[in-house]
Amino acid sequence: MNQEIVIKVEELSKDFKGFTAVDGLSFSVARGEIFGFLGPNGAGKTTTVRMLCTLTRPSSGRAQVAGWDVITEHNQVRRSIGIIFQDPSLDDRLTARENLRFHALVYKVPKSEVRERINQALEWMELTNRADDLVRNFSGGMKRRLEIARSLLHRPEVLFLDEPTLGLDPQTRMRIWDRLLQLRHENRMTLFLTTHYMDEAEYCDRIAIIDHGKIIALDTPGNLKSQLRGDRVVILTVDNRQAALEIKERYGIEVSWTPEKIQFQVADGALFVPKLVKELSVPVLSVVVRQPTLDDVFLKITGREIRDSEASEREKLKSRLQRMGRGWR
Amino acid sequence: MAMIDVNCIYMVWLRDLIRYFREKSQLYGSLTRPVLWLFILGLGLRGGYRGIGNVNYTQFIFPGIVAMTSIFTSIQSAISIIWDREFGFLKEILVAPVPRTSIVIGKGLAGTTLSLIQGCIILLLAPLVKVRLSAVNIFPLILVIALMSFALTGIGIVIAAKMTSFQGFGTIMNFVIMPLWFLSGALYPLQGLPWWLNLLVRVNPLTYGVDMVRRLVLGFSYYSPGFNIAFLICFSSLTTAAAVYFFNRGEY
Repeated sequence: MNQEIVIKVEELSKDFKGFTAVDGLSFSVARGEIFGFLGPNGAGKTTTVRMLCTLTRPSSGRAQVAGWDVITEHNQVRRSIGIIFQDPSLDDRLTARENLRFHALVYKVPKSEVRERINQALEWMELTNRADDLVRNFSGGMKRRLEIARSLLHRPEVLFLDEPTLGLDPQTRMRIWDRLLQLRHENRMTLFLTTHYMDEAEYCDRIAIIDHGKIIALDTPGNLKSQLRGDRVVILTVDNRQAALEIKERYGIEVSWTPEKIQFQVADGALFVPKLVKELSVPVLSVVVRQPTLDDVFLKITGREIRDSEASEREKLKSRLQRMGRGWR
Repeated sequence: MAMIDVNCIYMVWLRDLIRYFREKSQLYGSLTRPVLWLFILGLGLRGGYRGIGNVNYTQFIFPGIVAMTSIFTSIQSAISIIWDREFGFLKEILVAPVPRTSIVIGKGLAGTTLSLIQGCIILLLAPLVKVRLSAVNIFPLILVIALMSFALTGIGIVIAAKMTSFQGFGTIMNFVIMPLWFLSGALYPLQGLPWWLNLLVRVNPLTYGVDMVRRLVLGFSYYSPGFNIAFLICFSSLTTAAAVYFFNRGEY
């Protein structure tokens, strides 16, 4: 395959007062590729996106987006990219159409095309009948769709999506992904996304698993999962500590366990489980046998699970103030 | 990269205006305040006030109320940057291929425009307090209010760039807006003040704005018009420069 490199990152790092958020990343992304950053909160995903979008200055290293240097050629980079931020970035006191119009204005979309592109974007994101409503009355999913519509107005080469479907219901997430895949297909647009949803990562052509600011694995979802051959078994017993110990000793299988569950990998789960239940000295309460997922890959590589962490203090404060703010202004 | 991007300035300006006219509560709220001051406080204190010439107290504070409207409106308008940051819209502007200086200019012009609109509404109240505005003075008056508003918007932008959350809004009210206004000579004659108060009033840039408005509205002032204007121009250049500097440096 003849691959044209659209994003090229070399030894990119970011320090925040003694804390290394991003630690010497190197990778490249080809045109038309969907490239995913997968990792827990605080792994350095957002910081990397901010550096690639010229919002944060790297401490060291180099990066090029669409052929432009993210440190010295801010404006050219900015013209070539679209961004969907993790938090909403719409003006909710304006209508959907006004939000789009302002975007077209600052990105200098040719005047003769503005109206058509806005209508097209609205239609495409199924927002046409809400175009002149205030954004504050929109649902979370509608806001997200509007942001995607907006980011496409200036026809970016690369679309950055920072946790694009965070907090949305599964149906909305499916719908948004439908559109994004179509977009890549039709316009050969490059998508760079961060996520900690494993199922979302499955849409990617390649995934970089990132933890503590470092890439610890980079491959296609299929290859990553094939590292874990066989079936994934998750069991709950009366005494997980004892059971984990026995499985390790008796069958020589590597297990990871918590008081809530024991997980391990075997060649054929359907055959193994009945034997296990019979031979284990502690009673088994429940059993699940399934195909390995990227979750399991992450667990295997890092020894930890990616979990949706609770909303941070800052976010809680913000939503409180948002409610207050309605009354105040 | 050029500093002036007309599209961006226009967008920032237009957005603030649309929001202003859409949120009627803000408009009404900012009109009640001056009316309260003018008619309640003004009439209440009128009896105890020993006049300057033939100007009664309500008439005396009229220029101050006009100035107050412009202080509140322009600083509040600039401080909406903090809201934009909290609600996320600021990111959308900051990541656009536009110079930040143009964002500052757009914001400054928006604050000035809104402040002028509010100020002019207050000027319409002049007949009610028997202040006679001469037609010749209207245009200079608008210029002075605009100049003062532009300067104050600059202060607001500096505050917004330095403040990390809008929890500090009350603080700004107490430590910036109120002192600026109380020390501007808007509410009391500038004669016979204790030396320390006199000093504070004299270092307050707003004093000269209020004094100039007083000149154009009531026909007398404590400082010469030339000095007032020169001072206002210097002051507004300074705050604009500071606004550009701090906004450009800010991490968002």
